[in-house]
Amino acid sequence: MDSALFHRIRRRVLKAAHFFGLFVAMSLICLPGLWVVLNSFRPTVEIMAKPPVWIPNELNLDHYRAMFGGIGEGGVPVLTYFVNSLVISLTSTIIALLVGMAGGYAFARYRIPGKGAIFVSLMVTRAVPGVALSLPLFILYGRLGIIDTHFGMILVYVALNVPFTIWLIDGFFRQVPKELAEAAEIDGCTRWQAFWKVEFPVARAGIASAGIFAFLTSWNEYALASQLTRSLNSKTMPVGLMDFTSQFTLNWGGMCALAVLMIIPALLLTFLVQKHLIAGLTFGGVKG
Amino acid sequence: MADVVLKGVQKNFGALAVVHAIDLSIVHGEFVVLVGPSGCGKSTTLRMIAGLEDISGGTVQIGDRVVNDLPPRDRNISMVFQNYALYPHMTVRENLGFSLHIAKRPKDEIDKAVAAAAEILSLTPLLDRRPGQLSGGQRQRVAMGRAIVRHPDVFLFDEPLSNLDAKLRTQMRVEIKRLHQKVGTTIIYVTHDQVEAMTLADRIVIMRDGHIVQIGTPLDVFERPMNAFVATFIGSPPMNLLPATVHDGQLRLADETTMPVPPGISVRNGRHVQFGVRADNIMPDGHAMPPTAHMAHVDMPVTLTEPLGTETLLFGTLAGTEVQAKMLNPRPVKPGEVLRFGIALDKCHLFDAETGASLRA
Repeated sequence: MDSALFHRIRRRVLKAAHFFGLFVAMSLICLPGLWVVLNSFRPTVEIMAKPPVWIPNELNLDHYRAMFGGIGEGGVPVLTYFVNSLVISLTSTIIALLVGMAGGYAFARYRIPGKGAIFVSLMVTRAVPGVALSLPLFILYGRLGIIDTHFGMILVYVALNVPFTIWLIDGFFRQVPKELAEAAEIDGCTRWQAFWKVEFPVARAGIASAGIFAFLTSWNEYALASQLTRSLNSKTMPVGLMDFTSQFTLNWGGMCALAVLMIIPALLLTFLVQKHLIAGLTFGGVKG
Repeated sequence: MADVVLKGVQKNFGALAVVHAIDLSIVHGEFVVLVGPSGCGKSTTLRMIAGLEDISGGTVQIGDRVVNDLPPRDRNISMVFQNYALYPHMTVRENLGFSLHIAKRPKDEIDKAVAAAAEILSLTPLLDRRPGQLSGGQRQRVAMGRAIVRHPDVFLFDEPLSNLDAKLRTQMRVEIKRLHQKVGTTIIYVTHDQVEAMTLADRIVIMRDGHIVQIGTPLDVFERPMNAFVATFIGSPPMNLLPATVHDGQLRLADETTMPVPPGISVRNGRHVQFGVRADNIMPDGHAMPPTAHMAHVDMPVTLTEPLGTETLLFGTLAGTEVQAKMLNPRPVKPGEVLRFGIALDKCHLFDAETGASLRA
C-alpha cells in the first residue's frame, strides 16, 4: 500500500512540476506581448515608472486617440501604413504560395536531374541574412527606380518567402500518395483537374500553413523595409513604428498602440486560416 | 466490355528492361490474374494497360482500339489500388460518384448509379461518411464501388487485398469473385499471392523477371507446371524438388535411394534432373489416399510437424533435402520418428536440372 501511495504522490508532484514548468515557459513567451498591450492603454508616467507598475492604476485610450489624431498631436498615418502592409503582405503571400505550389509539387512528384542540388541551393539562400542584402538591394532598386514602391517590396518578400514555401509545400505533397492523382486520372480527370480536384484539397492544410508563415514574415519584416521604403507610398507598419521616435524622446505608449494594431490582423488571419489546418484531414484515403 | 490484347509489350526504365516483350490476349468477361514474385513486372504491366506508365514497345489494345497513346481517362477502365487511393476529402457518396461528376452527367443519373453500386457492395449506410471513418474492409469496398460505378470495359486490380488481415482477405476474395459473376466485366488482377490467383482466376498468368512463364487455368498450372519455378510458386506448400540422376529407367537420389521414373516421362540415361513431388503425393502409409498403380516407398525421419486439423504437415529429410509431406487422419508424431512414406509416382514431375523445364511431354 505504501508503494502505491508513494507512486500516486510522485505522479501528482510530477504533474504539478510539469504545469509549473509550462507556466514559466508560457509566461516568458507571453509577458512581452502582454506588456505591449498593457502599455498601449496606460499613461506614459506609469510606463516609465521605476520600479515597474504591474497592476495599472488607470487605463485609457489616450495613445490610440493621439495616434489617430492630427500630425502635430503625435498622430501617424496609421491607415496608410496599414493599407501598405496589407497590400504588400497579401500580394507577396499569394505569389509566394503559387510559386511554392508549383515548385513544391514539381519537387515532390517529378524526377528532375540535379534535384537535390537545386533544393539545397534554394535553402542556402535562406542562410543569407536579409540585412546583408539591404545595401546591394538598395543600390539595385535605386538604379531600377523601384525604391519606395509596393512592387519593390512585394518582389523582396516573394524572394524571401519562396524557398520556404517550396520546402514546406514539397513536404506536404510528398505525404499525398501519388495513387490519389492516378485514381483521379483513371476516373476521367486531366492531369490539371486531378491536381485541383484531388491533390490540392488534400494538401490544403499544408498550403494554408505555408501561407500563414509567408504572410507573417512579410507583415513583420522590418530590416529591409526600413531601407527600401521612404514615404507614405510604401511604408509598412513595422517601419511606421519608428515615427514614434524623435531626437530626444521615445513615445513608448504610441509605439505600443501601433504594435497592438499590427498584432490584431495577424492574429485574426491565423485564426481564420487555422480551421483549414485540421490535423488528420488526409487520414483514411489510403492505408496508413 | 472488351477484349484486351498485349502484343510484344515492353517496359524499360532507362537501360533496365522490366517487362520483356510479352504477348497476352484476354477475351471479354474473363478473369485473368497476373501472379509472380515481387519485381516480376506484373504491376508495371497492369499500369501500362491503365495508361499510368508509358509503353516502351509493342501495343496494348482494348476492344478494337490501340490505346498506347491514350491518357488513362480515355481508356474506359477502372482501377482498384493496393492502398485504395480513396479521396480523403470527399464522402463515400462523392467518392463513388466522382468519375460521373467529372464526366458531367446529370445529377439524378449520378445518384442512381451511386445508389446501385452502394447496394451491390452493401455501402448504403456508409454513404455520408468519409474514408477516414471506415474500416479497412469498408474502404476496400468503396474502392471497388468507385470502379464499378462507371461500367468500364475493364477492371484493373493492383494487389487489392494485400493490406487486409487474413480473415478479411478471404472474405473480400469471395466478394470480388461474386462481383465478377454479377457484372461480368473483364478483370485483370495482379497479386503475389498464389492462393488468390488460384481461387479467383479463370486463367493465371505467371510472370518472372519480366517474362511470362506460363499461362493456363488454375488446375492447368497446378497439375502441369511448365518448369520448376511454376511448380514451386503455385500450390501450398510448394512442391518438393529433389536432385536426382536417371539410371536404367530408375531415379537415383543423392543418397543412392532409387525409385522408378514417373510413368509417362521418357528421359535418357545419365541425365541430371529434379524430382518434383507435392506434399499431397507423399504420405505416410496408413495415413494416405488410396494407393495408385505406381507407388514408390521410402523411409524418412520426421523432424517437425505442423498440425492443421484434418491433416498434419510433416517435415522430413530425404536424400539430404528437406521435404514436406501430408498426413491424413493425423496421429501425434514425435520428432525423429522414422515413417514409411508412399509416393504416388504418376502425380510426380521431372524437371531438367539446369533449365528447370518440365520433362513431361
